[in-house]
Amino acid sequence: MSALGKVVRSGVARRRVQTLVIGLTTLMAVAAAVLGGTLTVVSDAPFDDAFARQHGAHLSLRFDAGKVSAGQLSASGDTEEVSAAAGPFPTATVTPRADKEGPGWPMTVVGRSGPGRDVDEVALLDGRWPVRAGEIVLSADSPLIPEPGRRIALARPSGVPTLTVVGVARSVTRTADAWVLPSQMPALTEPGSGGYQMLYRFTRAGTAARIIAGGKAVTASLPQKAAVGEQSWLTAKKNAERDTALYVPFLVAFGALGLIMSVLVVGNVVASAVGAGTRRIGILKAVGFTPAQVVRAHVGQALVPAAAGTGLGVLAGHLFAVPVLAEAEDAYGTSSLAVAPWVDLAVIAGVLGLVAATAWASALRAGRLRTVDALAVGRNASAERGRWAVRLAGRLPLPQPVALGLARPFARPARALAMGTAVLFGTVAVTFTVGMGASLGEVMKAKAHDVADVTVPEPLPDFGPGGPVADRPRADPAAVAAAVEAAPGTGKYYSAATVRATVSGLTGIAHVIAFTGDASWGGYTMVEGRWIDKPGEAVVPTPFLTATGTRIGDTVTLGGLAEPVTVRIVGEVLDPRNDGMQVFTDVRTLASARPDLTDTSHHIAVTSGTDVAAYVDALNKDLTPLGATARAGGLDGGSDMVVTLDALSATLTSMLVAVAALGVLNGVLLDTRERVREIGVHKALGMTPRQTVTMVITSVVVTGLVAGALGVPLGVTVHGWVMPAMGESAGLRLPDSVIAVYHGAELLPLALGGLLIAALGALLPAGWAARTRTATALRTE
Amino acid sequence: MTTPVIELCEVSRRHDDGPPAVDDVSLTVRPGEAVAILGPSGSGKSTLLNLIAGLDRPDSGTVTVDGVRVDRLGEAASALYRRSKIGMVFQFFNLLDDLTVADNVVLPARLAGTARAEADRRAAELLEDLGIDRHAGAYPGRLSGGERQRVAVARALMNRPPLLLADEPTGALDTAAGQDVSRLLRDLHAEGQTIVLVTHDLALARSCTRRTVRIGDGRITEDVDSRAAAEAAR
Repeated sequence: MSALGKVVRSGVARRRVQTLVIGLTTLMAVAAAVLGGTLTVVSDAPFDDAFARQHGAHLSLRFDAGKVSAGQLSASGDTEEVSAAAGPFPTATVTPRADKEGPGWPMTVVGRSGPGRDVDEVALLDGRWPVRAGEIVLSADSPLIPEPGRRIALARPSGVPTLTVVGVARSVTRTADAWVLPSQMPALTEPGSGGYQMLYRFTRAGTAARIIAGGKAVTASLPQKAAVGEQSWLTAKKNAERDTALYVPFLVAFGALGLIMSVLVVGNVVASAVGAGTRRIGILKAVGFTPAQVVRAHVGQALVPAAAGTGLGVLAGHLFAVPVLAEAEDAYGTSSLAVAPWVDLAVIAGVLGLVAATAWASALRAGRLRTVDALAVGRNASAERGRWAVRLAGRLPLPQPVALGLARPFARPARALAMGTAVLFGTVAVTFTVGMGASLGEVMKAKAHDVADVTVPEPLPDFGPGGPVADRPRADPAAVAAAVEAAPGTGKYYSAATVRATVSGLTGIAHVIAFTGDASWGGYTMVEGRWIDKPGEAVVPTPFLTATGTRIGDTVTLGGLAEPVTVRIVGEVLDPRNDGMQVFTDVRTLASARPDLTDTSHHIAVTSGTDVAAYVDALNKDLTPLGATARAGGLDGGSDMVVTLDALSATLTSMLVAVAALGVLNGVLLDTRERVREIGVHKALGMTPRQTVTMVITSVVVTGLVAGALGVPLGVTVHGWVMPAMGESAGLRLPDSVIAVYHGAELLPLALGGLLIAALGALLPAGWAARTRTATALRTE
Repeated sequence: MTTPVIELCEVSRRHDDGPPAVDDVSLTVRPGEAVAILGPSGSGKSTLLNLIAGLDRPDSGTVTVDGVRVDRLGEAASALYRRSKIGMVFQFFNLLDDLTVADNVVLPARLAGTARAEADRRAAELLEDLGIDRHAGAYPGRLSGGERQRVAVARALMNRPPLLLADEPTGALDTAAGQDVSRLLRDLHAEGQTIVLVTHDLALARSCTRRTVRIGDGRITEDVDSRAAAEAAR
């Protein structure tokens, strides 16, 4: 082994703590970067890949068959902006009969003779394409369980023979819920409700403006108001990316925190190693090492553990990515998503380059040091700095070890600053995570609407304009409501019934939740506008507004019911369920369109002092004969996404806190080693081990307190930036109740968290200082 | 017969696998005595001093100082023992460079929990007695070697210990400063302070103490009380 190699090896082995700190820091940074990079890539690539592979439609238009002919539509594909077109395909809305294998939700069915090729090539995931009437291919995203072989009975239109599922497929822009042969379509189309679907690919379709322009171009030659619905590929892409998009700003924030901390701690560790090893550097130069060799030796000492940490970090990043990618696969309907090799390579190169550059900059000073100075500096550390602090602390009415410890950061301000910065970022991470947890809790609360003390859930759903078609008994909502109202202890009370409806301009269905009574107390968080207060009004979630291009004050028409219902949007509510495709309204709004609502949940707030369990027991005695059951608490449970995010944030925060504590440990260890003789003197003069521990831990108190005090507002700021970005990525606007989650009572313990991190980091060196034998310490030069 | 301040009984101490630094040493020092432990470098004299100070523990034998079994003390008890029973003076002073002279001197009292005002009064007395009160606010780095050692002696006497241990107190001083420190130790002894002085300087030993203990290869080779010898000769 070369002399340089030996020096590097001995340096790595001798400075085990620094080696460990560099290794763990890079491990954390690499793991976070691999995860963040991967999520960023997969949140974009799968859709783009699938869209390119399946020649996805940039624009899907639905036309009223009564207003435009198939020939006119075929000709629209010859427009200049159109590079390829498919259709017209006959389309209709059908409602399957509800059974135990699925609810009877309205579905868009399209008649196509095959999966297509040039535009919107439908990917067959299972089975085959229909070859005769009575066969149907279900979309993998269908509300029905997509399973070849199962049979589907339709509630509407009536009189249609049962359809057999022969395949499962997916359109990249989700142009239909199911496909049949065109010859089947007349049987599935109710008189006067037939439609056509046209699919277009444009020469330029990168922006919403280009899609709008393309849409105008293709409809220019068609009769006015012939187009009754449209869907841009950009909307489909946004929907597809919504789930993973929620992770990205969060991971970017953690990734950035991790990288900054990595730079700081690695820089600090390497700089400290150089500072602490100045005499060694002098000796190396005295025996003939060139400045360049000294620099290389120190860079090597940093790179060896960094390389090990990077290797383990890549492994950890891949492990963390497994559950996250599983979520993404489900969201995109693809399989075999993996960490892109180039992400690994970029992260490895970036982190190692960063470590090398930091080490090089720090080691340059070592290389430039004159040999004689290096040898002299190694023997005598300056005691000039911070004397004022020592004198000041000595005058305070504090025990001597505490006074000595408090003054210590001022003797080594640069080191204290480096430790403080590590603690600062640790505090930022903890503050951010606590805020994230609280915000996600608020989102969950808004999603669950479970502020009710007692709930009577709706029975298994049965939907469709045709009314109840299943055989099971129904609880009469009016009878349940009467029982609830009569029950002693009932305070506030409302009921909610859900029906599915189509909305012009949207593919798929929206959930319409119709309330009886005042539901405003039920946990619905308003983003803007107001809650409904009369029939004909509705509040909707942000994604609904975005998808339909509507705003508060606009009206939308709900279809697929006994008759179309127009509602005016009066408020924007936070509700991520069903991708935000929901409409909340008063039950009287649907009085004529759905007079037969039976699938109703009942939400009760009991009066103050009422025992909920006893109330539920008493109420159930009245409800059981009616076929309903009350239970304590709200309707909804947790969310995989929130659980995943909570687990991820806890893991990443633990890593950042560990790195912060390691940074402190490294600084304090160097400090105590430098001061070993001084500690020996104190002990010779009667300082007990407990007093020694107190002195060392107190030496990081000021640093921890200041870093904590600064870290909390910074963490709050990062949270204030990331949460809206997360919401925006998921197509949601988050109200103040979700973003302003920090309260005064929480901030103080969070600020003290900085002190805790610092104390944790100092604990080990403090113990070491307390255990050091006095005689040995006094002999140390 | 007064109770000994120091009583070492068959004490041995070996560092790692080397030969014993202290080998089966028994030694008694009575109150008011000044004893010089003489020996060449590596003879075991500093180890002996560390054992008495509770900085090190013997492998065998007992060390009793002012009635305290030092060899049985743990780390915390050793610290408390040093606070109350021992004052130490080192060859290289071991003053804390970031504390002023006065703050260095009050340190043992402050560690013992003595009130600041009381500790300051005692320090001022000591600094005046030792002739360095004008340097009270200075930092040790500004003082001469002799002055620094006087500060170290003041610090050692701060808690009025029954025993003063001095390890080569003139080893880092020039001749004049060495003589100055020698005079100081002599004066302290004359005032009744029990002193154990470790040195390889025979002249210092003779000027400060009446009793000299020679040590070689960890064993006591000679223990001479000059006054007793003179009285015997008369």
